Amino acid sequence: MKTIYVDNNATTQVAPEVIDAMLPFLRDMWGNPSSMHTFGGQVAKNIDKAREQVAALIGAERTSEIVFTSCGTESDNTAIRSQLLATPQKRHIITTKVEHPAVLNLCKEVAKEGYEVTFLPVDGEGRLDLEEFKRSIRDDTAIVSIMWANNETGVIFPIEEIATLCEQRNIPLHVDAVQAVGKIPINLSKTPITYLAISGHKLHAPKGVGALYVRRGTKFHPWLVGGHQEHGRRGGTENVASIVGLGVACELALANLDSEKNPIAMLRDRLEKGILESIPRAFVNGDKIMRLPNTTSISFESIEGEAILLLMNEYGICASSGSACTSGSLLPSHVLVAMGIPFTRAHGSIRFSLSRYNTGEDIDFILEKMPGIVSQLRKLSPVP
Amino acid sequence: MWNYTEKVIDHFLHPRNVGEIENADGTGEVGSLACGDMLRLTFKIDENGRIKDAKFKTFGCASAIASSSALTEIIRGMTLEEAEKVTNKDIAQYLGGLPEEKMHCSVMGREALEAAIKNYRGQSTPKRELEGKVICKCFGVTEKDIRQVAIENDLTTVEQITDYTKAGGGCGECQEEIQQILDEIAAKRAKGIESAEQPWPPLSAAEGMGNGTPTPLVANTTHMTNLEIVHKVEEIINTRIRPALKQDGGDLELVDIDHETVYISLKGACATCPSSTATMRQFIEKELRKEISSSIRLEEVRR
Repeated sequence: MKTIYVDNNATTQVAPEVIDAMLPFLRDMWGNPSSMHTFGGQVAKNIDKAREQVAALIGAERTSEIVFTSCGTESDNTAIRSQLLATPQKRHIITTKVEHPAVLNLCKEVAKEGYEVTFLPVDGEGRLDLEEFKRSIRDDTAIVSIMWANNETGVIFPIEEIATLCEQRNIPLHVDAVQAVGKIPINLSKTPITYLAISGHKLHAPKGVGALYVRRGTKFHPWLVGGHQEHGRRGGTENVASIVGLGVACELALANLDSEKNPIAMLRDRLEKGILESIPRAFVNGDKIMRLPNTTSISFESIEGEAILLLMNEYGICASSGSACTSGSLLPSHVLVAMGIPFTRAHGSIRFSLSRYNTGEDIDFILEKMPGIVSQLRKLSPVP
Repeated sequence: MWNYTEKVIDHFLHPRNVGEIENADGTGEVGSLACGDMLRLTFKIDENGRIKDAKFKTFGCASAIASSSALTEIIRGMTLEEAEKVTNKDIAQYLGGLPEEKMHCSVMGREALEAAIKNYRGQSTPKRELEGKVICKCFGVTEKDIRQVAIENDLTTVEQITDYTKAGGGCGECQEEIQQILDEIAAKRAKGIESAEQPWPPLSAAEGMGNGTPTPLVANTTHMTNLEIVHKVEEIINTRIRPALKQDGGDLELVDIDHETVYISLKGACATCPSSTATMRQFIEKELRKEISSSIRLEEVRR
């Protein structure tokens, strides 16, 4: 059975070019970049090159602003912990209710340590109220941590405006850009952001590598304390092959961002339109304009997400759901709940997230199968 | 991804007895859309008082659908007296087991059956009514529900209660109350196997048994001399309690034993620890009670 993979906000296929670029560093050039000998030392140049490639994708002015990490979660934790240590007298944090657990649960953790955290709400379309954000800023606000784009709905927050507001008030801003990098243009030379988290496996690099952008001049406290790697900002021997892979993945992403009409957005729109036309009582969750080009979250009323996913699975279609049953908890996704999506819809939400590897045939196949899946489950449902 | 059995997948992909019986003799409805699952069961009784047909409609995940399908298969042909004895365990077993976190699906099946039987007997409307004190407000779970599931399935932890009834899985505010119910059940269980001559009062719900594992209390001090008790206490302290306390940088000294009161003095890290009293009651006392007598009391002597 062919796999139709539309779960790219969960993880992505490693690009073949990325694998090709990585292999020499597993087979032959396996030296330690910190070594004095040429065999090891020559590897360091390749890490520098990857740093340039990452910096180019996000418009960082200096390669020294990029720190390689193990994942997006490490980048998020490092940024927030580092900033709190830098200004211990400041005891307030601003974030949102719809962050990824990497930020949300960290903020809940530091709240237990005595910090006061403002969790900004979102409206029914998943949007932030900038006036409310402004009002929540305090003199003792240590850091603002807001995601660039939401992983479940794809809704994009106005980070440029938030960054300007933070700069005016001289408050450091951390942006979890794990879902945004490689999908929408980012230019940090024009957007005054202090920290920005990147995850490799969300943009066709392998799992186990990420990066953190740290603006020059930021007082930094390493999270992993050890050797002098990453200019003393992240101890631990570099994950060389994956870092090289991340660099190449960023270069590929940049090349694909340039295309005028985003082919992924066109496929996504066709999928969304097709589902809404062929299936009654299907609703798109979140702002349809300010949204990642690859994502659509669709709720099918009065049926349950896990059941939908497992029937899709029977056809090899891979997607995600915000239902309670798939989260391992008993409540639907915190993002949909924060948006005030009614339970009748929240439990039946399916997230389709595409990548450049999806084809028109994939979309046709999904459109062919979805109406039957939904009607099969609706026949079982006691709620008409 | 859940580790479903082939039988669960089969009943999910090919559910048996889907639908609603017109002019049903009994109808039972549990759950709600808000909770994420909902089941409506209908059945028809034949002239011999047996369930001749049962159908279901379910909103929910794969295991909710499979549990409903299994329920209808199980009860077809049963008398109401037989059907009344069906437990959630029977449903789970029929399916070759369910993941722990999904056991609430089997409980939902049993509850729908109960409601339908009550409805048939004219004791209630189809919609399952909550009886007694509601413990979990998020999911509408009563004390009675929790007790029944805990006893029928030998559950001992709050987490298990959440897996089986959803109680405590929303805001989490009722978790302490659930623990109290479990403590009470554990204490009763313990009492249940005590001998008839048992002179010691049972543990109250507030103390001991905090980890949820029901431990049979064997109270055998009646035949022990004071010296034997001293030796026993020393042995327990040396082999079980002291090593554990030392891991936390603490220690204790046996000061005296007067009938059933053990006087000890805490040393090292324990002596200055503000929660030392709690440590004493929960850990040491529990160990001693388990081994010697359920009425052993612990007193701390400050030196």
